[in-house]
Amino acid sequence: MQLNRESLVKAWRDMVTIRRFEERVQEEFSKGGIPGFVHLYAGQEASAVGVCANLGPRDHIASTHRGHGHSIAKGCDVTGMMLELFAKQGGLCAGKGGSMHIADLDQGMLGANGIVGGGPPLVVGAALTAKTLQSGNVAVAFIGDGASNQGTTFEAMNLAVVLRLPAIFVFENNGYGEYTGAAYAVGGHDIAGRAAGFGMPATKCDGDDFFAVNEAAREAVERARAGGGPSAIEVATCRFYGHHSGDAQLYRGKDEVRRLREDHDCLKHFRRRVTEAGLLETHELDSVDAEVATLIDQAVAAAQAAPSPDASALLTDVYVSY
Amino acid sequence: MTQKTIRQALHEALVHEMRRDPRVVVIGEDVSGGAGTAGGRDAAGGVLGVTKGLIGEFGEARVIDTPITESAIMGAAAGAAVTGLRPVAELMFSDFLGVCFDQIFNQAAKFRYMFGGKARTPLVIRTMIGAGRSAAAQHSQSPYHIFTSVPGLKVVVPSNAYDAKGLLIQAIRDDDPVVFCEHKLMYDLKCEVPDEAYTIPFGEANVVRDGDDVTIVALSRMVHYASEAAETLAKEGIECELIDPRTTSPLDEDTILDSVTRTGRLVIVDEATPRCSVATDIAALVADKAFGALKAPIRRVTAPHTPVPFAPGLEKLYIPDPDRIAAAVRAVHEYRR
Repeated sequence: MQLNRESLVKAWRDMVTIRRFEERVQEEFSKGGIPGFVHLYAGQEASAVGVCANLGPRDHIASTHRGHGHSIAKGCDVTGMMLELFAKQGGLCAGKGGSMHIADLDQGMLGANGIVGGGPPLVVGAALTAKTLQSGNVAVAFIGDGASNQGTTFEAMNLAVVLRLPAIFVFENNGYGEYTGAAYAVGGHDIAGRAAGFGMPATKCDGDDFFAVNEAAREAVERARAGGGPSAIEVATCRFYGHHSGDAQLYRGKDEVRRLREDHDCLKHFRRRVTEAGLLETHELDSVDAEVATLIDQAVAAAQAAPSPDASALLTDVYVSY
Repeated sequence: MTQKTIRQALHEALVHEMRRDPRVVVIGEDVSGGAGTAGGRDAAGGVLGVTKGLIGEFGEARVIDTPITESAIMGAAAGAAVTGLRPVAELMFSDFLGVCFDQIFNQAAKFRYMFGGKARTPLVIRTMIGAGRSAAAQHSQSPYHIFTSVPGLKVVVPSNAYDAKGLLIQAIRDDDPVVFCEHKLMYDLKCEVPDEAYTIPFGEANVVRDGDDVTIVALSRMVHYASEAAETLAKEGIECELIDPRTTSPLDEDTILDSVTRTGRLVIVDEATPRCSVATDIAALVADKAFGALKAPIRRVTAPHTPVPFAPGLEKLYIPDPDRIAAAVRAVHEYRR
C-alpha cells in the first residue's frame, strides 16, 4: 500500500521524536535528573512506528520495559512522558509509575512493563474485550527476543489462537536479552517459527525498513479486524544503547554500535528512501526535525520545572474504593 | 425463602450479573467443559459445578473455556478488565496461584496505582481453598493471606450461602480486582438464600454470635467449627462472641476492636498456615490498638507451619477443629495475670 504524504510525515515525526526523546533521556539521566532505571529504544523506531501507524486510538498495545518508543508511536503525550520520567506531578502516571510503567489508557497504551513477558497475556485480554464487544479493535503485544522465551508469551499465543482473537504478537529481536545474546538464549533461533507452531501466520521483516514493518503489520491488522485471528511478526532490529542507560556494554563487539548506527539506522534508511523516491523533500524532513527538537526541549524544561508529587499521593489510587 | 447450597448461590449470583451486564464474562478451565470432545460443551459443567449451565443461556462468547493455562487466564482477565469487560476468572485451585501470580500480583493489582489512578480493573478471581479431601500439598492450601498482603487486591472468604451470593454480586460490581475464596468442603452447605440479587458490602464483618466472655474471630470454614466450639462452651458457662470478617481485605477492624474492648480476650481461628497470616495480622491489630483492653494473651488456632499432608489421619491433625478451638478459648478465659 502506498502511504500518503501526511502518513509519511507523521511516521517521520514519530520516529524522530522517539530518537530525540531517547537521546535526551540518556543525557538527562546521566546528569541525574531522572531517577530509577531507563531502557532506551533508539535504533528500533521503525518497529514501533511501522506497527502503530496501522492502529487507531481505540486499539490497544502492551509494551515492554523498553517502552518509550511504543508509547510515542501510540500517541502518548511527550511532555507527559518526560514529566513521568522525571517523577513529577503532571506525569502520565502522576509520577507513580516511571519509565518501566509508563501508560496511557486513553491512548490505548496498556503500559510498559517491568516484568519480561508480562504484556502478552494482557494483550490477549484486550483482544478478548474487542472480540466480545465486537468493537473491531485489535491489540498488539510488543515482545523482545528475551520475552520470546517466557512461558507467558507461549500461553498468550496459544490462547489467542484457541479463541481466535484479534491479537498481534510483534517480536522485536534486537539481538540481546539484557546482557546475553539471542544467539545463545533463543533455542532454534527462529521466533517467528515458534509463533507459527502455535498455528498463526508468522512473518519476519527487516527492522531497518519502516516500510517492511508497516506492510507486515498492515496485513496482520487487517486479518485481525476481519476476524481472521492472531498473527506474529518478528522484526530484526538493533538497539543503539545498552540494556539500560548506564550499561557499559562490555559484552558488545568492538565498533559494533558504531557500525549499527552507520549501516542499520532506520531513520537514515527512511530519509534516503523517501527523498530518493521523491515522496518527501529534504527540507520537509528537516523542518520536522526542528519542530521535534523544540518539542523535546520544551518537554524537558517543563519536567525540570514541575513539582514533585505531593506527599499525599503516596496513599491515593491503590483502589477505586476501599 | 428457599434453602440453597453455596454452589447454587454462586451460580445464581453469576446468572444475575450476566443478565444484568453484558460485559460480565466467565473465563477459565472447564467452566463449561467438554469443548473439543464427543460430549460437547457443558458435558462436564465445570469442576466446581458452579458454572454448569451458563453456556446454554449466555453462549461461548461469554462462557469462555480455556486451555490449562493459568497465566494466560489471569492475564487475559486482567487485560480484558482494564479495557472494558468485567471478567469472572476461575483459578480452579488457589494453589495454582504459583503458576500465574505475576499476572495477579504485578499486573492486575498494580495497574491503578502504577498508572496514576487512571485504571479500573473490575476483575473477579474465583478460586477454591481448603484442606479436608486428602488432596495433599498442592490442592489443599488456603493462601488468602498471600492475596490479602497485596495492596490493590480485595479478598473475600465467605462462610455460608447467603454471604456467598451477596459478596459475589458485590465482587462483580466492584471496580477493583477481587479474589473470591471458596472452600472446597462447603459447596453443599445450605442456608436460606433470597432468589433476587442483593449485595453485601466489603469490610463489614458478620457477628455470628453475641457473647461477653471471649471474642472468636474465624474465617471461611472455621466459622462453623468455631460456632460448634461456642455451643459447647456456652454449656460450660463461657459466652463467646463469634465474628466472621467475610472479607480480609478490606478488614472490618472496628467490629473486632469493639468486641475485644468489651471481652478483653481473643482467639483467632484460621485454616491457613500461621506465619504472616490473617491470624497474625488480626493479632497485631489488636495488640496495637486494643492492648489496654486485653486481659489475656491472644491465642491463634491455625494449621501448623507445614505443607498439607495426604494421609487422612495427618490431615485431620493439620486442620483446626472444634476441640482445639474450645481448648484455646478455655485457656484464654481462665487466664489471670
